[in-house]
Amino acid sequence: MHKQSFGGGDAMSLLSSTTRGTITRATLTKDIRLEWRSKDALNSMLFFSLLVVVIFSLSFDPLAEESRRIAGGLVWVAFLFAAVVALNQTWARELRNQVLDAYRVSPAPPNALFMAKALGNFFIVSLLEALMTPLFIIFYNLRALGPAWQLIPIGLLGTWALVVNGTFFAAISLRTRSRELMLPLLLFPISIPAVLGMVAGTTAILTGENSAHFWIVLLLTYDVVFTTACLALFEKVLEAE
Amino acid sequence: MKRLFPILAVLTALMLGYAVYQALVVAPTERTMGDVQRIFYYHVPSAWTAFLLFFVNLVASVAYLVKRNPKVDALAMVSAEVGVVFCTVVLVTGPIWARPVWGIWWTWDVRLTSTLVLWLIYVSYLLLRRFSDSAQAPALAAALAIFGALDIPLVYFSIWFFRTQHPQPVIGGGGSIDPRMWRVLLINWMAFLCFALLMCWSRYRLETMRREVEEAQALESLLGDDRGPSAEIRNPKVALNRSGQ
Repeated sequence: MHKQSFGGGDAMSLLSSTTRGTITRATLTKDIRLEWRSKDALNSMLFFSLLVVVIFSLSFDPLAEESRRIAGGLVWVAFLFAAVVALNQTWARELRNQVLDAYRVSPAPPNALFMAKALGNFFIVSLLEALMTPLFIIFYNLRALGPAWQLIPIGLLGTWALVVNGTFFAAISLRTRSRELMLPLLLFPISIPAVLGMVAGTTAILTGENSAHFWIVLLLTYDVVFTTACLALFEKVLEAE
Repeated sequence: MKRLFPILAVLTALMLGYAVYQALVVAPTERTMGDVQRIFYYHVPSAWTAFLLFFVNLVASVAYLVKRNPKVDALAMVSAEVGVVFCTVVLVTGPIWARPVWGIWWTWDVRLTSTLVLWLIYVSYLLLRRFSDSAQAPALAAALAIFGALDIPLVYFSIWFFRTQHPQPVIGGGGSIDPRMWRVLLINWMAFLCFALLMCWSRYRLETMRREVEEAQALESLLGDDRGPSAEIRNPKVALNRSGQ
């Protein structure tokens, strides 16, 4: 109500820039606290990727040289499928008690909510990766022949690439029938260049044969393009009626 | 408008027949590949038509998000559907040609992979339309179409880089093409475009009619609540159709 009495675009933007950070922080803290108490997503993701590690390691039983070639693909496919678990429950929580509808009619900027959700997912998926990577190294006897520190930018940029589009498409699939099924069907085709970037970049570093620079630049471009697109279009999705 | 449709249909049929004759009889046989090269007259026009339709879909999707015109949304939906059909033709005819010429059905070449990813994105687009309510589908699908359009250049560059690191079978790039082949190719493309236009048109009419019926039924059931049994009870077929959508 106060917003209207201010009038003018400047006052609006002033208001939203101060509230945006507060709303993002509040939603993010709430989501992380909820996840910390229940640990539903994290536990199922951890167990799922553990199963992937064990099953593939058992069925391929690779030598050190082979595992350098296939590990990049395995790691990221495991994280991709595990991330879907977290992404699927991003918005489902807000459906109970009509929280999302309340948010929609409130004057809060939709992008603040989106950023909070994306950052929350980024945090959870990164935590999963940090916990699982040592296990991958143990089971596959991995030792990078290239510059290993470059795995950090690939990991961060790649995780953001999965999570930012995943959060957006989770909001889309929330509006469909059989929503849990819909998310991977929408997310995976769009994620193909990002997944290729992560897998090829990781393999390049592990085998030490090629430089991973192109893939880091590709992931960075992907992140910039799709973060912008998500922020520009999220309002349309939230208010699609 | 209604009278124009059968005329256009007959014209398109004649053009398609003429194009088949041109492609199979008139066009010269290619020197190294032989007759299998004639699939080119179906493969390339289908690809051009599919890309054109996907472009129409993108423009219509952006226009829908700006103007919120349901007719533009129907156009977006129809162009995506027909585009997927033509893109499927491209992906089927390609390997049929590649097997005798390259010796393999498929390779992760940049053009092949980009076309496949484009097809995957538009199949997911159609799935999204199918699985969401009619009130929300237009805006959600339009957002997905924009994401797909942003994705394709990234796919193209990533595959291009990925594959230049690994040598691949040589694709018949460069080289000149017989002017007679060009003529046949363009005739075929015209015929395919007319055919695509015709399909889009009839599908568009069907879609707008379906929406009108849906609206009328919604209105009827809204008004009918007080006065007696709703449309579903009076006519079980309506209920069946709705659940089957």
